Amino acid sequence: MSTVNVSNVRKIYPGHAPQDEPVLALDDISFEVGHHEFCSILGHSGCGKTTLLNLLAGFEKPTRGAMTVDGEPVGDPCWQRTVVFQDYALFPWMTVAQNIGFGLEMRKVSRERQKAIVDRNIELVGLTGFEHRYPHQLSGGMKQRVSIARALAVDPNVLLMDEPFAALDAQNRAMMQREMGRILASSEPEHRKTMVLVTHSIEEAILLSDRIIVLTRRPGRVKADIEVDLPRPRCEDDPGFQSLKARLRDLIHDEFAVEH
Amino acid sequence: MNGSIANEIPVKEKEVGMASHNRPGLARRLARRVRSLAFLALLLALWQYASTSLLDETTRTLLPPPTQVLRAAWELIASGDLFRHTIDSLRREFMAFVFALVAVPLGIAISWWKLVEEQLDPVMELLRPIPPLAWIPLSILWFGIGDTQNEFIIFLGIFFPILLNTIAGVKGVETNLIRAARCLGATEWKVLRRVVFRAALPQIMTGVRIGLGVGWMALVAAELVGATSGLGFLINDARTVLRTDYIIVGMATIGLVGLLIDTLLRQLMQVVLPWSKAHSR
Repeated sequence: MSTVNVSNVRKIYPGHAPQDEPVLALDDISFEVGHHEFCSILGHSGCGKTTLLNLLAGFEKPTRGAMTVDGEPVGDPCWQRTVVFQDYALFPWMTVAQNIGFGLEMRKVSRERQKAIVDRNIELVGLTGFEHRYPHQLSGGMKQRVSIARALAVDPNVLLMDEPFAALDAQNRAMMQREMGRILASSEPEHRKTMVLVTHSIEEAILLSDRIIVLTRRPGRVKADIEVDLPRPRCEDDPGFQSLKARLRDLIHDEFAVEH
Repeated sequence: MNGSIANEIPVKEKEVGMASHNRPGLARRLARRVRSLAFLALLLALWQYASTSLLDETTRTLLPPPTQVLRAAWELIASGDLFRHTIDSLRREFMAFVFALVAVPLGIAISWWKLVEEQLDPVMELLRPIPPLAWIPLSILWFGIGDTQNEFIIFLGIFFPILLNTIAGVKGVETNLIRAARCLGATEWKVLRRVVFRAALPQIMTGVRIGLGVGWMALVAAELVGATSGLGFLINDARTVLRTDYIIVGMATIGLVGLLIDTLLRQLMQVVLPWSKAHSR
């Protein structure tokens, strides 16, 4: 049960040196993500989409504007809003099971329940048999599965994902996108998390999202807010997919032209 | 779902498999080891020749041949003196090390809270460039001759390497690890203890290794002038009675124990930090 509401958010970074101009990263961002909705933030690198995610997680504070989740203002980071990072950010000294259990341990969940939840999430991401491996013994795709399981295990209201598949090679990326699509398609709408995905991949956004927010380049502003009502699981060959892809490419391409 | 994992083979196993394949045979490795000792053996033979055939009765006292050093070593082992002095030195090193571990929480505090860094940095910068050995005269006046003075000097030798490495280690912790812990519900204390400390541990252990090495050097210097036991005392005491063979035995022991401490630490790091590459440095 979670609505994410972002209204008139602006983020200014002070320059590195005192004589530097302050950098306007995000300007007047407003959008809303409904219950159980999967929302993608699509834009070029450097458009401030990661900044937007950091603001939603509570890692940074907006310079102006308001953000709420279920009507509550977004404050410090907490387990109701977990993050899946591009570089996985797994704890290298913990095994797969310990990584996934970390959040539960922080929430002081009893040992038996911890184990049950960890096992269920390991199964969900298809890592059964790898519980006692350390992250350095896993491939990139497997690490990202652990990271997703770790973020889901604490049962957050909102799952935030920062280019989760960008560091993977093309094959693994395609597989992980399909997996994610499968998890989304198979779960009942009322069991889904509200998800916010930051990505620069048009296909990834269409494959997974109910809503796509397109950001402009520097400073990031909302250029388009598009609802996607294609049936799931989605297929790249579908004409609806193709026409949306062309539309998004035009929107993104415009932005590129403006810059040069 | 499991089928899709099959082509994501964990990288580690592949590498291990290949490494064991390329490993040379035992006889080959032994031969290589023996060959690497050839020059050392030549030097020892030259030393033996020089001190028995080239030097006269008086100068030979200054450079006794290896055979006499071995005899002296046996004397010192048999009498229990070598063992006693080694234990005394090791005990001082250990005590100083225990006190110097305060550098770990201090280092974490310095790199975590701006205010602590701001206040402690000038103090540290002022004290750090003073070599531990420069403290010897003052510390003898403060603590007299004996364990406390020695331990103080060793402490100074161990403390700063641990402190500086802890600070560097904590500052080098990836921001996203800390953020991941925070968004999973970790409190500040849990973040420090469970993530920051653990992530900085390889670097902290490197600091411990360097520190124990520096401390061991400082120990010998401190014992030269400020002790009535220990390996430093042993070699200085032997000088006053012109037992150069004892001096050389003492020097060799100091080197061997230093090497042993470092080797043990490296082994320990391999066991405690299997995920880190720091122990192979």
